Amino acid sequence: MKPVNQKAWFLILPVILCVAFSAILPLMTVVNYSVQDIISPERRVFVGTEWFKAVMRDDDLQGALLRQITFSFAVLLVEIPMGIMLALSMPAQGWKASAVLVIVAISLLIPWNVVGTIWQIFGRADIGLMGASLAALGFDYSYTGNATHAWLTVLLMDVWHWTPLVALLCYAGLRAIPDAYYQAARIDGASKLAVFRFIQLPKLRGVLMIAVLLRFMDSFMIYTEPFVLTGGGPGNSTTFLSQYLTQKAVGQFDLGPAAAFSLIYFLIILLLCFILYNWMQRVGTQEKTEAAHG
Amino acid sequence: MARIDLDLAHAYKPNPQRDEDYALLPLKMSFEDGGAYALLGPSGCGKTTMLNIVSGLVTPSHGTVKFDGSDVTRKSPQERNIAQVFQFPVIYDTMTVAENLAFPLRNRGVAADKIKQRVGAIAEMLEMSGQLNMRAAGLAADAKQKISLGRGLVREDVSAVLFDEPLTVIDPHLKWQLRRKLKQIHHELKLTLIYVTHDQVEALTFADQVVVMTRGRAVQMGTASELFERPQHTFVGNFIGSPGMNFLKAKAQGDAIVVGGHVLRGAANPALANAGEFTLGVRPEYVQIAQPNQADAIPAKVQKAQDIGTYWLVTATSGDNVIRARLSPDAKKPAVGDDVWLNVLGSHTCFYKNEELIA
Repeated sequence: MKPVNQKAWFLILPVILCVAFSAILPLMTVVNYSVQDIISPERRVFVGTEWFKAVMRDDDLQGALLRQITFSFAVLLVEIPMGIMLALSMPAQGWKASAVLVIVAISLLIPWNVVGTIWQIFGRADIGLMGASLAALGFDYSYTGNATHAWLTVLLMDVWHWTPLVALLCYAGLRAIPDAYYQAARIDGASKLAVFRFIQLPKLRGVLMIAVLLRFMDSFMIYTEPFVLTGGGPGNSTTFLSQYLTQKAVGQFDLGPAAAFSLIYFLIILLLCFILYNWMQRVGTQEKTEAAHG
Repeated sequence: MARIDLDLAHAYKPNPQRDEDYALLPLKMSFEDGGAYALLGPSGCGKTTMLNIVSGLVTPSHGTVKFDGSDVTRKSPQERNIAQVFQFPVIYDTMTVAENLAFPLRNRGVAADKIKQRVGAIAEMLEMSGQLNMRAAGLAADAKQKISLGRGLVREDVSAVLFDEPLTVIDPHLKWQLRRKLKQIHHELKLTLIYVTHDQVEALTFADQVVVMTRGRAVQMGTASELFERPQHTFVGNFIGSPGMNFLKAKAQGDAIVVGGHVLRGAANPALANAGEFTLGVRPEYVQIAQPNQADAIPAKVQKAQDIGTYWLVTATSGDNVIRARLSPDAKKPAVGDDVWLNVLGSHTCFYKNEELIA
């Protein structure tokens, strides 16, 4: 029999302490807020699930949630295919490969709030390159006045900022495919499309899964860029979840409802990631289980 | 099916100057239509480069490749209608076994019922009929390699099928079985097969003609017995056979041969008279214990005598020369330290100068 050594618990004690202070205790504070009505530091009332019920019925919040989900899926729909295409067209070796890698990575190195500022100026109809060009072409473009324009500008900004991340991940995935696969495909007479469909795409499944999850989580929590660019407006057309939450918690100091919704927010991200992950796992392996059953 | 003529050299670097810059030194070679060939040599000798040049994956830096007399040097593998199987299994992960086997046919627009028939036949041959509807990604490495082999053999009208050490990942028992299968396929379909390997047993049992290569040079092309009996190059003598040929420094003296100060008489060969110093090569299989002072034997001291089961492997030294002999198990085992006379001169003895066969 193996000797039982309970002293080993001491070895993971530092980790438990770290996690407790960095994650569990702050989270429990939020839980604490979410079930109480704190009137003043001395006076607090336990309200049970009242805040949760209230935020679920809040129209503004439902609007923000819907906007957020639409935005995140639009981001995935544009950035993932574009990232793959970009990676496929990037040179594989030589000085050109290094140059292209550096150029592609530039937007990833810019701080979030600066990205917002860049696009704020870029889109201005009087001095911005894009805004002025569109105005010169006769478009009545205004990201501050038109809700659709604002929404599209935020999407475009995110695509500009983060597509390179998807492209770099895919590029790394493509470089990991052994040459023999391409040689075999040439021997088998496969077209370029068939090579993509049957070799490159299946081999990219792992990195694409990471790219989708990263881009989904990040875009679902987007805050700084639209805050700087549009401030959530016009109206609340670009007020996404985290901004709505910040308004509630910091602006109006409604700590109870804000905490209750933070928890719901957290669970939504967890749930959607879980669904996405399992769906992507299945896409690659589904035929196998079919074959096993049939 | 096609006759393949090579007259080329290849260097991966631009402007090759010395011999070392070439992956393949200038060579001229023909593969007859319907023949089974093996390219045999140690790692890095250029055999895979040669195979890739035949298939069209690599374009030679100098010279031409001809299929049935027409120049295909710059044509793609697809235009040459070549099938090739690689060292490590290449399968299409998302497809089933049947779809994998059908892929080369489907890409060429072959009719569905014809595809079905070919896939069925190949699967049967590879004993994979039961796995046709399984996803290829979930299979073991040797099953995957069988799929790769199957994809190479599924087209009937190919110019040639090329194998690049295809049985490396297969376990020994199955290896033997698959090699027999390949031979059988060769007999049935009469395809031109070229097989790259570094395993002499694999090459000699598979091919009618074996090309032995070293350091970018094809040193000899011949049947198993030609390579064994008359190696054209000392490398072939050394590489083929286990253990390889014995090489002794020798020089001519009239019509006698002097090895390590000992004068041998027997094979008077006019080619040797003016050769000066040369190398005498004799296979361990043909070295026999001789009578003392026999005219075609040299004295030696036994250093090692190993029992290999079916024969004695005796290692002896004569001056600076080391001689290995395979002696019949019925013979009396020589004891270590014994002084013996070994017969090294006979009809099987070869003579080399500058590593090339002269007589």
